[in-house]
Amino acid sequence: MIAEAGLAALWLAAAFALVQLMLAWGAARNGENPNVGMLMTALRRTALVQGLLALLSFALLIALFVRSDMSVVLVATNSHSLKPMIYKVAGAWGNHEGSMLLWVTVLAISGAGVAAFERRLASATLAATLGAQAAIGLGFYAFLAFASNPFVRLNPAAPDGQGLNPLLQDPGLAFHPPTLYLGYVGLSVAFSFAVGALVMRDVGPAFARAMRPWVLAAWIFLTVGITAGSYWAYYELGWGGWWFWDPVENASLMPWLAATALLHSVTVLATRDGLRAWTLMLALVAFAMSMIGTFLVRSGILVSVHAFAVDPTRGTFILALLGIYIGGALALFGARVGTVTQGSTFQLVSREGALVLNNLLLSVVLGVVFIGTLYPLAAQAAGVQLSIGAPFFNKALVPVALALVAATAAGPLLRWRRDNMNALAKRVLIPTAAAGLAFAILFALAGGAHFVPVLGIAFAVGLGVASVVPVVRRNLRRTPLYVWGMVIAHLGVAVSIAGMAADSAFKTERLAAIQVGQNVTVGPFRVTLAEVRPQIGPNWSALEARLQVRRGDGKMFELFPQQRFFSTPPTNTNEAAISTLLDGQLYTVLGQGDDQGRWQIRLWWKPFVTLIWLGGALIALGGLLALIGRVRRERRADAEAWA
Amino acid sequence: MKPKHQRLVLGLLALGAVAGAAGLALSALQDQAAFFYAPGDIAGKPVPTGKAVRLGGMVAAGSIVRKADGVSIDFVVTDGKAKVPVAFRGVAPDLFKEGSGVVAEGKFNPDGSFTADNLLAKHDERYMPPQVAGKMHKTETLEK
Repeated sequence: MIAEAGLAALWLAAAFALVQLMLAWGAARNGENPNVGMLMTALRRTALVQGLLALLSFALLIALFVRSDMSVVLVATNSHSLKPMIYKVAGAWGNHEGSMLLWVTVLAISGAGVAAFERRLASATLAATLGAQAAIGLGFYAFLAFASNPFVRLNPAAPDGQGLNPLLQDPGLAFHPPTLYLGYVGLSVAFSFAVGALVMRDVGPAFARAMRPWVLAAWIFLTVGITAGSYWAYYELGWGGWWFWDPVENASLMPWLAATALLHSVTVLATRDGLRAWTLMLALVAFAMSMIGTFLVRSGILVSVHAFAVDPTRGTFILALLGIYIGGALALFGARVGTVTQGSTFQLVSREGALVLNNLLLSVVLGVVFIGTLYPLAAQAAGVQLSIGAPFFNKALVPVALALVAATAAGPLLRWRRDNMNALAKRVLIPTAAAGLAFAILFALAGGAHFVPVLGIAFAVGLGVASVVPVVRRNLRRTPLYVWGMVIAHLGVAVSIAGMAADSAFKTERLAAIQVGQNVTVGPFRVTLAEVRPQIGPNWSALEARLQVRRGDGKMFELFPQQRFFSTPPTNTNEAAISTLLDGQLYTVLGQGDDQGRWQIRLWWKPFVTLIWLGGALIALGGLLALIGRVRRERRADAEAWA
Repeated sequence: MKPKHQRLVLGLLALGAVAGAAGLALSALQDQAAFFYAPGDIAGKPVPTGKAVRLGGMVAAGSIVRKADGVSIDFVVTDGKAKVPVAFRGVAPDLFKEGSGVVAEGKFNPDGSFTADNLLAKHDERYMPPQVAGKMHKTETLEK
């Protein structure tokens, strides 16, 4: 019954989306009518009910997984009754259909959130926005119902399930997809806002102030999701890397880049009424990138741990949806952009100018990632087989990234509207000196061997110093929260880049085959293989190495890397053992044994690598502070307006 | 600056950014795209040395030689038409064995041999590009 109820909830949600679209149509057309208030109330409630129904459908799917109901195809093919409970719950979205249901649920909840909390937008614009959200929802409800139904029954029921891909059996699965989707799909709100504003010709600071918190919220989740995903791949794959430029990773990075640009341009629109058309364009592009990412990951065009099933009809279906939504939005933009009147202008050397530069550089990064991700697919269509990896992205992106760091450092030190170069030069004197000093010291230490990473650390130091300048000599208690948000987020960028560069320049790797009792050294560590022993988990067995590690004459500690064997489905995975120290991580992997009683041990000493994710967390924290600060300030402004 | 001019300048800057992105990407593509080869593709032709490429095929029967250090392996990749000797240092995937498919990521040496930094074994779900799977399937069918 649960499966049928879930499907019914899904269909009902789709029906409410249709009603929502029609109500939105009516409300947007009759914005002047005094009775439109009733229509708006109905519209808001419809959006709320639609969100709740989608959530109910998703909750029922989770219930099926928790009960291990093997009479449902999806459960039988992706779950197993002996799986730990956390992976039964999380396994609900560890497959194609379930993850698409999560996608649609987030979409519907985002729309419900707008309906429940958005009070600032003109009612006609809000109606058009909710209409756009419903229109996106309809397409993806159809995709679920006709091409990816998660509730299909299996008759007769299977005796037990086929299990979940062991690589996904990790606490990361409980956390990474939902946060990533909240960000990814949350950007649909920005898209719908832009569509609503274009339809109603209502673009200006008030619109930007209304849109900003939604963009910020989605962007925070996206930042957390990407950071968590990177750390998950780092410790789960056992390859010692934290970003592989895999198309699937790029699929989440592209919306983030667009959303980051949007976040900055929407501030120009809200504060100075500039960059109107550009901001609308970015809002459309950001969610378009989310949909392209969904296509890349869910169509089966790529094969990776993220792509669960290969079914050509699904790819065609998503591609058609992509064409309709992106094409439709761009056509609307093209038709209406002429009526978006020019906002106010500004001097080139000004906060606005720096934000434009930031936007352009982010767009260049986005363009390069886009080309690097899609070029192999295009080449494949032309009959050439190639792959594009880290060397391409490093070569093309490092110079742009350094320029972006410089712009990020200088931007907050500029005044709005107009400023002059000499004043800026004075303000960046100390950060530049700090960067120069860092470069000189590191260059003396490392020599010319790691020129680019050393330059990266120097730029990061400069940005780190520059990012705190806006709060220096200010009354810290009266500094608005959103200024703190900016400071912390920019500091996070500096911290993250320092970590990336430090890892790239100073990591050391050691690979050896040793017998029990022997030792190897990596960086400042001496690692002894004390024992290799069997271990049993809830649904796996493993070989586990006991490694005794000593740093110089310091205290000895132990690490336990494993090779795990899962029986359903039969797969081996490497479980790296990582020791986090103040100045970096020691990363250990157990390889294969040979007939002479030797075991392959792979070790990495990665100085300051943790800064990468710490920086990501700081960026998200900065976003959160900015969000709280903005919402509070708007509330206060509203209260004053009423008083 | 007049509003109209500013809009024009911004538009031109945006175009410049797009051109810059395309330029950067194309120049990096020229020397950093890793092409995929089967041994038969390069038999008798000059090999592209020093560039990161992927070499795919079957591990030839009886060709795996494990070196004394315990972490280096020599083996031969074949597609039925030609053979390429490969040297690899690292932890080989579990499914790496003689007679099964493999994709080696690395570089050709001037003598026509191949040095691999990474091996992807067939059925290794992680990051196997479909074109590789397709090509290996074809090769496998040819051998049978």
